[in-house]
Amino acid sequence: MSQSPTTDTLPPTAGDAAANAVQGIDQAAGNFSYKMDYAFDAGTGLTEDTIRYISSVKKEAPWILEFRLNALKQFRAKPMPTHWATKDLENINFDKIRYYLAQGQKPKRTWDEVPDDIKKTFERLGIPEQERKFLAGVEAQFDSEAAYSNVKDLVAKQGVIFLNSSEALREHPDLFRKFFGKVIPTGDNKFSALNSAVFSGGSFIYVPKGVKVSHPLQAYFRINAENFGQFERTLIIADEGAELTYMEGCTAPKFSTSTLHSAVVELVALKGAKIQYITVQNWANNVFNLVTKRGVAHEEAEIKWIDCNIGSRLTMKYPGVVLKGRKARGEVISIALANDGQHQDTGAKMIHAADETTSNIVAKSISVGQGRSTYRGVVHIPKHLKGCKNNTECDALLINTNSRTDTYPAITVRGDANSVQHEASVSKVSEEQIFYMQQRGLTEGQAMSLSVNGFVNDLATQFPMEYSVELKRLIDLEMEGSVG
Amino acid sequence: MSVSASPSQPVSLLGGFTPELFAAHLAGVAHLPAWWLDRKRAAYERFASLPLPKRTDEAWRFATLTGLTLDGYVRPAAVPAGRLGHVPVGVAKSGRLVFANNRLVAREQVAAALAERGVVFGTIQEALRTHGDLVKAHLLAQPSPLGSEKFTALHTALLEDGAFIYVPRGVELPAPLAIYHYAQGAQSAVFPHTLVIAEEGSSATVVDCFRSADAQRHFACGQNDLHAGHGARLTYVAAQTWSRETLSFQFNSTIARRDAAVQSLNLHLGGRQSRHESHSQLQAPGAHTEMLGLTVAHGTQEFDQRTLQIHQAPNTSSNLLYKNALLDQSKTIFSGLIVVDPDAQKTDAYQGNRNLMLSDDAEANSLPGLEIQANDVRCTHGATSSRIDPEQEFYLRTRGIRQADADELLTFGFFEEVLSKLASEPLHDAFRDLIKAKFRAAPRPADHQH
Repeated sequence: MSQSPTTDTLPPTAGDAAANAVQGIDQAAGNFSYKMDYAFDAGTGLTEDTIRYISSVKKEAPWILEFRLNALKQFRAKPMPTHWATKDLENINFDKIRYYLAQGQKPKRTWDEVPDDIKKTFERLGIPEQERKFLAGVEAQFDSEAAYSNVKDLVAKQGVIFLNSSEALREHPDLFRKFFGKVIPTGDNKFSALNSAVFSGGSFIYVPKGVKVSHPLQAYFRINAENFGQFERTLIIADEGAELTYMEGCTAPKFSTSTLHSAVVELVALKGAKIQYITVQNWANNVFNLVTKRGVAHEEAEIKWIDCNIGSRLTMKYPGVVLKGRKARGEVISIALANDGQHQDTGAKMIHAADETTSNIVAKSISVGQGRSTYRGVVHIPKHLKGCKNNTECDALLINTNSRTDTYPAITVRGDANSVQHEASVSKVSEEQIFYMQQRGLTEGQAMSLSVNGFVNDLATQFPMEYSVELKRLIDLEMEGSVG
Repeated sequence: MSVSASPSQPVSLLGGFTPELFAAHLAGVAHLPAWWLDRKRAAYERFASLPLPKRTDEAWRFATLTGLTLDGYVRPAAVPAGRLGHVPVGVAKSGRLVFANNRLVAREQVAAALAERGVVFGTIQEALRTHGDLVKAHLLAQPSPLGSEKFTALHTALLEDGAFIYVPRGVELPAPLAIYHYAQGAQSAVFPHTLVIAEEGSSATVVDCFRSADAQRHFACGQNDLHAGHGARLTYVAAQTWSRETLSFQFNSTIARRDAAVQSLNLHLGGRQSRHESHSQLQAPGAHTEMLGLTVAHGTQEFDQRTLQIHQAPNTSSNLLYKNALLDQSKTIFSGLIVVDPDAQKTDAYQGNRNLMLSDDAEANSLPGLEIQANDVRCTHGATSSRIDPEQEFYLRTRGIRQADADELLTFGFFEEVLSKLASEPLHDAFRDLIKAKFRAAPRPADHQH
């Protein structure tokens, strides 16, 4: 099975990228790569042998292997969802994807232990010196395995379990198994089945009763091998009254052939718990990013997804909340930015399953050049529930004449004791605003950038500081060359 | 009826609409030009080969597919004159046509002065002889892209007769033209059609009434084609009151040319399961369409409404408002889509769906969609589903109004937003009375306990 280590990586390209004098942004910032050695490589293509290999490398219990093999069957049996989704999905060549790659190193604890290679990666990501300290408390996923983690020790004092999912399966099998695959069953969709078959990496977090986690837990993900798919699996459990914020950011080097990222993230908020899950996704423009994210909120619990999608060729991601207990609350805040060659197909699902549950969806998208952004949503309020409320707002901003946006919500309400409202609008940047700013000496590009940042500002401020700064930079970067 | 002549074809694909029925239909049509015969034959083939809607068809999402069986329906016998208990809609009219079981049974011609100016108000059968080219150019010229290809093909294959309206350049009709389409007798299958061609600068109002002459199980599969030429103003209102056992399909196709304004209002009250597809094309600058829908659903009725507003040219506008009131165990589906083509800058489009939930067992589904490919546009949509506003109800009750009366007032207020868009007061009143009649016939919504 084990092939020789992958080698074809691209040289750094920072030198040939034109720096933006005004914004001070290196356009090649996300365009990095360097040589890697992999200790474990499952090769390309997906067979039962691939799965047996992954499972044996990870020294997994027999039930996990069985779970994976069953998932593979479901993955094969399920058709591509192209009766509603974009035909671009048919361009994924599952036989050319590497389903598992790892250096085989154990998760690291301190910054000093982090290999220089990985430090170099973060440097290339343009993370400022001051943030290095912060990064030391980061659970970073390097390709398939978590590279290091030390915030763990800090939160461990509060009784929090924060592991990568492989470790958790070994160390807390009973806790893991109790919740694993319960929020998102293997057969939920074709890609959740794929993830269930080949998952590796991702986080496992358990927050005990009443504990409010002092630090936001954070993970960086990246892809660094051609044709290599990343299939992390994250499971977060907040016990009664617990509170937690989790952040993930994704960066990836640009490669010439498509890669696939297909994660599954499950959240469980028990009675009165609060989980906030923040994502900034900036995959390279050849990545298919097909992610299933869902949480279950029990009585008076609250789950909030803050989801920002900037990169990838095609993202299909609809974070959901199943509002299972009375007075549970779900929220999705979504920002999507689609540039040339990109399709951001994002949205939210709110499944009300108890009385007095409330949900809120605010989605803003920006389409630049020939980019296409799509909002797709489900709001479901079944029979005989009382006092359920949903509010959905979708706003789309179109920058260029041939930019495209779509909205496809689906709302089902039963009974006369609930209320649902949905509103959407599509507009362009106000010419008057641009004109005003140009009067004040800004270039058209700067004015446009400012205006777009203003459009998402009320959502961006809900992000943690460093993320909203990163988001602003990314928008500046994307707006370059969109005018004139 | 028992066995299909082509055993290779599963009966469920054809139901009662067998090749024998099709042959009998062709034999029964008086005037059948070669082009029309060819189209009908091709359409029948298409109908026979297309599958019934499947659960995975996005265009049928949320619909109850088990209700769509075609079994048992027959080509109905002619209704003898005078055997139809026809009741007029109650508005002054410029002319009237009454069809029963696909055949003309009564008519009231337009005034001679209008006929002299070139107004044609007759049947499609007549028009095939007298205005063959016009019929050929406009009849079923815009196939519905909203998922009912099988049923629109069936309509083309079995369309026998319907209304043909031609309003020449600059002519304004003083009063509405009324058309009644009746179905009578058990298992009767009817295929109503109304074709309206309003030439440059003309103006007309057309009222279509779809009715059952008895409480039997009927099958209705109708279509209308509305063509509004440059600067024409066309109002089309339809009242669907089929029997409670009827399976109904109704397809609207509207074309608005430069500076044309088309208003359509569809009132849905009858049927067991009713599918309505409305497709509006804004083809040239200045075109405007207003698409209105009103539904009162009770018992176990299902109303499935799919709309499409396509902006194909710059500076066009459209406005859609569909309101549904749901009682008992009824179910509604609204699926709307605004499409703005890449060059259709300065489009202004609105799409609204409001569901008034009057029962704890009713189900409202909304799929308000947008597909925008131009940036200088203003497109918004909104969808809400909720019960009567408790504060408004409370206010009325503090004024001494009984709960049931307060609810009725507020419910009519809900409909009034749509009805008030009708410029013709008699039409407004007639439609309001139809809604009232349905509410009175339906069991009242249970009093809410507070």
